[in-house]
Amino acid sequence: MSGSTTTQNDAFGASTPGDAPEDTPVINAVGGDWDSVTDEATALHEERIVVNMGPQHPSTHGVLRLILELDGETVTEARAGIGYLHTGIEKNMEFRTWTQGVTFCTRMDYVMPLFNEAAYCLAVEKVLGITDQIPERANVIRVMMMELNRITSHLVALATGGMEMGATTVMTIGFRERERILRIFEMVTGLRMNNSYIRPGGVAQDIPAGCIDAIREMMPLLRKGIGELEALLNENPILKGRTVDVGYLDLTGCIALGVTGPVLRSTGYPHDLRKSEPYCGYETYDFDVPTADTCDAYGRLRIRLDEMYQSMRIVEQAVQRLDDTPGPVMVADKKIAWPAQLAVGSDGQGNSLDHIREIMGESMESLIHHFKLVTEGFRVPPGQAYAAVESPKGELGCHVVSTGGTRPYRAHFRDPSFNNLQAVAAMSEGGAVADVIVAVASIDPVMGGVDR
Amino acid sequence: MADNGNRRPDPDKGGSFKDLFAPVAGFGVTFATMFRKVQTEEYPEQKRPTQLRFHGRHQLNRHPDGLEKCVGCELCAWACPADAILVEGANNDDAAGERFSPGERYGRVYQINYLRCIFCGLCIEACPTRALTMTNEYELADDNRADLIFTKDQLLAPVLSGMLPAPHPMVEGMDERDYYLGKVTGATPAQQEWVERHDGDTTVDEPDTLPVEHQEAGQHAGEGRP
Repeated sequence: MSGSTTTQNDAFGASTPGDAPEDTPVINAVGGDWDSVTDEATALHEERIVVNMGPQHPSTHGVLRLILELDGETVTEARAGIGYLHTGIEKNMEFRTWTQGVTFCTRMDYVMPLFNEAAYCLAVEKVLGITDQIPERANVIRVMMMELNRITSHLVALATGGMEMGATTVMTIGFRERERILRIFEMVTGLRMNNSYIRPGGVAQDIPAGCIDAIREMMPLLRKGIGELEALLNENPILKGRTVDVGYLDLTGCIALGVTGPVLRSTGYPHDLRKSEPYCGYETYDFDVPTADTCDAYGRLRIRLDEMYQSMRIVEQAVQRLDDTPGPVMVADKKIAWPAQLAVGSDGQGNSLDHIREIMGESMESLIHHFKLVTEGFRVPPGQAYAAVESPKGELGCHVVSTGGTRPYRAHFRDPSFNNLQAVAAMSEGGAVADVIVAVASIDPVMGGVDR
Repeated sequence: MADNGNRRPDPDKGGSFKDLFAPVAGFGVTFATMFRKVQTEEYPEQKRPTQLRFHGRHQLNRHPDGLEKCVGCELCAWACPADAILVEGANNDDAAGERFSPGERYGRVYQINYLRCIFCGLCIEACPTRALTMTNEYELADDNRADLIFTKDQLLAPVLSGMLPAPHPMVEGMDERDYYLGKVTGATPAQQEWVERHDGDTTVDEPDTLPVEHQEAGQHAGEGRP
């Protein structure tokens, strides 16, 4: 036995207890001469090997570790190893004010930051009991930003999924189109990602002048770009060969595993929280829920493409409403509303001179409010609430618990990537190794959201 | 594929000809792209300007007469979710010639740790005097940690025309509130004369050049938050 290999049972080699006899040889290749490893494996006349795919594998969406048991080229068992991107976001939020929490949770699933913020803020607003007081304009802005974010998320899903299958052009087009929306985000929020834009009570600031025109100019270009993606993907024989009937998971499987989002809709079940439990006024928008009945990776891909068109429909309606609904973008209750009134000047972006004049020159009460809200934050009455939004990846829920203080007692997120990742085993066992990549890509997990 | 008619709001495509060539439609995209302008941005040779609201490097601003706007209230440090800001206030002292800002207090130490800063912008929203703003400057990379802790002298806005660098007295006849009401428009001859008289002999504090000293336990802004 060489130094680099061992035949003892070890943590990595063990599968389900009782699954393999105690004396099953385990060859653990941890360096050394590869020839000696393969010689030992050959001597056993055993093709069953366990492969760690990841966490540093370019095809596994970030730091996902897939523990695959292979019999030749067939995957006999697949397990997802997670936790490599755990950053303690939920715990950290317990030590920050309710408003500061937004800047943390936006970084969970960094491909859909605005959905993280929206779920969190909707939950906080529910505990506060101010859901009905959110200004109409704030809701329209939220919807517009979320739908733009949905398009960017789906573009990333298709781009990285395409790249993992070797289609670099899909990747470049996907990111090229995403860039258009990121510029809009930069225009509105000042940041391209991790926006911290949606706040409990509304949004941080109104959209800037010229934003609506920029979106209206961008939309036809975006539509054209997505059309190109469709031309590349929809009927491409190579892509269909890789995705049709791959990563199969039917409705029963989805329900049993708690899978939501495009994966669930690819089974033909039109589940969408925007329709079934509307929030932010989604019930007033005209859009469809695309479904497929193929239960496979190809169906999910088509659903993502279709959803981007539906999102563009919603954005167009929202933009029209923004033209028609002037008004505040933050709740009127001065005890909750974060006090900032930002303005851009020659010295950069900061609180507007009007706001400064009021709090520093005219109203001592405003100044006290400003100080109280920034240092201590607002208090949330004791209680708990769960709010869920339909994120690009599925149901993104936020459960916040308050003990009446200025900070969350607990902020828990039900991230769809985490739940959907359970389906990897069901989707890829029995298939080929190459199909695992496609199955994972069709789930579109983002490890920042899985590990939090 | 469930066909729900509304998939494309403007169905300008379709037809059997398109369907026939659908499997190779990607080649059309590739071919058409050859005649397009390249999307690649030639950074750093050509820098694309950011949007106006872009969250870049911070700046500590001055009143029109050159006095600092920062009053050392530490609201920015309180608002910061990443504990990146350290502020230590001190008293202005007209008698000793140490008048840096209108009013009672000024920010004696001001540091932003760009290793911690997440550019969320809560600090500029918290600042009650618009002392702290965010510029559009984004090139903040460096090869060592110490240089990324920006000190007050790095963050302070440049002295523009009509301004006199602090310390110097307030505009005569004005009080703190008048500064915030926008009544001060520039430095006065009296302030000019005072600065010339005290050139170099004011007993100001040592310049804040040793950032690491202030990072000791118990001194960091954010520790002891409620």
